[in-house]
Amino acid sequence: MRQGRCLVLACGALAKEIVALKAQLGLSDEDVALQCLPAELHNRPREIAPRVDEVLTARRHEFDRVLIGYGECGTGGALDEVLARHDAQRLPHAHCYEFFAGTTQFAEIVEAELGSFFLTDYLVRNFERLVITGLGLDRFPHLRDSYFGNYRDLVYLAQLDDEALQKQARAAAERLGLNYVYRKVGYGDLAAALAEIGHV
Amino acid sequence: MSDGEDIILRDLNDADLVEQMKDDLYDGLANEVHEATQILLDRGWDANDVLSDALVEGMRIVGIDFRDGILFVPEVLQCAGAMKSGMELLRPILANSENKASLGTYVIGTVKGDIHDIGKNLVGMMLEGAGFEVVDLGINNPVENYLAAIDKHNPSVLGMSALLTTTMPYMGVVIEELDKRGILANLPVMVGGAPLNQEFADAINATSYGRDAAVSAELARALVGRNR
Repeated sequence: MRQGRCLVLACGALAKEIVALKAQLGLSDEDVALQCLPAELHNRPREIAPRVDEVLTARRHEFDRVLIGYGECGTGGALDEVLARHDAQRLPHAHCYEFFAGTTQFAEIVEAELGSFFLTDYLVRNFERLVITGLGLDRFPHLRDSYFGNYRDLVYLAQLDDEALQKQARAAAERLGLNYVYRKVGYGDLAAALAEIGHV
Repeated sequence: MSDGEDIILRDLNDADLVEQMKDDLYDGLANEVHEATQILLDRGWDANDVLSDALVEGMRIVGIDFRDGILFVPEVLQCAGAMKSGMELLRPILANSENKASLGTYVIGTVKGDIHDIGKNLVGMMLEGAGFEVVDLGINNPVENYLAAIDKHNPSVLGMSALLTTTMPYMGVVIEELDKRGILANLPVMVGGAPLNQEFADAINATSYGRDAAVSAELARALVGRNR
């Protein structure tokens, strides 16, 4: 085992971004190993802490440092309890929207419009599976207003400047009956967190 | 129903019909639940009994399966829609009934900064089914809204809901204000929402934590001394 080796245990919704950031930062698989949990857990946050616990129980001893690629993500403190037991750190934000946008910008968006529904690159790519199918809108389209009736804007927090994704995000907004708002935020605080843990 | 294999609801005796209603409610079949509700009323059933024996009991089963991960939010919303279709028939009868079993007023609302209301709406429906007059404050409520509603409606119970980890601490702000004003001593406060747990409810000095809609309704009944 290499001294100083790091595990990033992350939500599957961040896999592509973390791989890209690793390449940008010049971090090899020997420096930083990546393991992901299914992104679908976003819709079932009670399952996040037990799943993280399972992996850390099995693998924590292999690594010197662990970065958990989750925010608090609606776990109600359960994730932090698990991380304290395993001496692991997570991103210090409520959820991925906040660490991509940065706390200040995220607060500004929510302050301007509380009814903001957020998508990231990953969520745009997987909108059909995670939002439409995940919320049962494919089977019960009439539930759309039960889910989204209190939202006004769909805010696409883009990591990449990708016109095809922007087109998909705009279509998603139309489908949900929301105004489309585009913000290119990049990788936000995720980049700094990865750089810090990778280069300790 | 034209299909020979379909169940003809009117052909069922009362006990079988109530069981079928629970099944239909579980399957989210709003038209069938509506029809069965009407049949029971036509047979002289008291609206309170239709509500408690069929609809509320059906939703209680839904609540258990939701808790156990057998049903998920979309299915539960379908079930709620089916219950609502029965409630549409019962509500006007209950409102005019001399045998109205009101347990008092329950004021409920999602806290400031939070626009999520699916859970709150389910709880509101179950509370109505349990016999409360429900005053729904909607979403994004600052403490002033709760105070005004308490002043206006003199509720038996106050309920607060939050979906976000970032908004749930506001429940503590409201409870603290109620305590400062001497209201908390006489007004039970229930809290609920996906990221909450009993530990959090205890920490903010809430009277009780409603894990799901069915449990919340039972807890509310217990708080006003009318537990079954």
